[in-house]
Amino acid sequence: MIQVENLTKRYAGFTAIDNLNFEVERGEIVGFLGPNGAGKSTTMKILTSYLPATSGTARIAGHDVFTHSLEARRHIGYLPENTPLYHDMRVAEYLRYRANLKGVTGMQVRKRVADVLELCSLHQVERKLIGALSKGYRQRVGLADALVADPDLLILDEPTIGLDPNQIRQVRDLIKNLAHRRTVLISTHILPEVEMTCSRVIVIHKGQIRASDSSENLLRNRRTSAMLRLEARTGSDEARPLLAQLPGVREVAEEKDGDFSIFQLRLDPGSDPSDEILRMAVERRWNVRELMRRRPTLEDVFVELTHTDS
Amino acid sequence: MHTFLTLLGRELRSYFYSPIAYVVIFFFLLASGFNFNTGIRFLNRTDAEVTVVEAAFNTVLFWFPFILIFPLITMRTYCDEFRMGTFETLTTAPVQDSHVVLAKFAGAFLFYCALWIPSFSYFAAFQWISGKQAALAAGAYGGSYLLLALLGMFYCSIGCLASALTTEQINAAVMTFVAIFAAFLGGLSPFIFNITSPASRDLISYVSAIDHMADFSRGLIDSRPVVWYLSMTSLILFINLQVFQHRKWKA
Repeated sequence: MIQVENLTKRYAGFTAIDNLNFEVERGEIVGFLGPNGAGKSTTMKILTSYLPATSGTARIAGHDVFTHSLEARRHIGYLPENTPLYHDMRVAEYLRYRANLKGVTGMQVRKRVADVLELCSLHQVERKLIGALSKGYRQRVGLADALVADPDLLILDEPTIGLDPNQIRQVRDLIKNLAHRRTVLISTHILPEVEMTCSRVIVIHKGQIRASDSSENLLRNRRTSAMLRLEARTGSDEARPLLAQLPGVREVAEEKDGDFSIFQLRLDPGSDPSDEILRMAVERRWNVRELMRRRPTLEDVFVELTHTDS
Repeated sequence: MHTFLTLLGRELRSYFYSPIAYVVIFFFLLASGFNFNTGIRFLNRTDAEVTVVEAAFNTVLFWFPFILIFPLITMRTYCDEFRMGTFETLTTAPVQDSHVVLAKFAGAFLFYCALWIPSFSYFAAFQWISGKQAALAAGAYGGSYLLLALLGMFYCSIGCLASALTTEQINAAVMTFVAIFAAFLGGLSPFIFNITSPASRDLISYVSAIDHMADFSRGLIDSRPVVWYLSMTSLILFINLQVFQHRKWKA
């Protein structure tokens, strides 16, 4: 569905994206992850023919986005960042206009608009002026607009930014339902969302792809360490260095909580010193309140891949 | 064609939904009504060999508001899209750039034409009340309105181009005003600069809107101004299209 080869975008003195290579197959939901300024929006703008690339090619359903831009755009439903909309139009009116603009004709317009109003739960506000809607509703109108021509490919640039948790959940469920026959490319930095909806994750940082895999594989293969959290009353200051000396422990951070100390241990991948810790605790008569192992999350992977030189 | 009509419909709706349209219409009609009134009074007072139609379309009171309305009509065409960010949703939809440029131009032009429709009533009222003809020949009406349409096309295209060049409406308005005023003043330059050579005067009167109106409002419909305005409009629209598309080449 999407093929990107050696895509580069340079501005004066600054490379936004650098030799990107990736593919998105039909039917996949792919999450495009990266910190701000990584190049996610730029890539999406190139895919939707809004910006030209400096070099390299991008193809949507086989059509080059630069030379066959019109055909490529026919396959895309795009939701830009900040959801731009016409504030002086009503919701249904705007959706009808967009449907007509995207080539839906005649009776199909009414049907498609009714379908997306239903899908995005916009019936209550269909006659309201867009300028009078709350952010959550505007986001949904933007999403409805992206869907109205029944596109094969959805490109969503941060679709849940600024929404409250309820709305985020609704949009997330909506995206999951949509993806049946469609391909979806979402850019976001809300990681739990990515874990829940995406079949694959592409991590991009400073214009380059750092990883491209399913989230399970990423978590399994990365050298990201697990964390162990120990809450104990040790009665002395020697606990920390002792814990740090345990095999497999990379570093220990300590925080006081009244009598108790909270130790955060960063572990080497694959190691699990819980047994030794408990044995030590018994020997030295520590009062252990909690021992919890936290598996690495996508956020850890993300931070590891992108923190670099900050 | 379908997308062009969709875009045109949206342009017209957005013009007539905005309050500024009605402010422009109101003041324009006030000015043109006042102009017509002054023209009639002038004819009542003095002996002049001009018809009512000529008197209405050749005065300062006509030209001054006429030039002022174009910046107001066209300043929002592209600037609003840039400011609201809807430029992105517009250009990423499967529409051809030429359709967008033509639709925006046509929207501005049709709005401008709508401003002139009430003026038919001035001449109709005059004929009904006085029983006299407002012009000596039907060609005078045809000529005047044809030239108004041609001028409208040309100046609207300039306004749309100015609007596409900037993101601030006020910049677009000022650029449009300056460009149109300069084009207009070109017609007066023989008087301002005291140019006496016949060749220069001929050249200037070829492009002078004032001279064109003097002829057309007498029913003298010359094809040369028609060609001039149509070709200039096409040129400006072409430049507008290139400006609109320039982001595609910012590699």
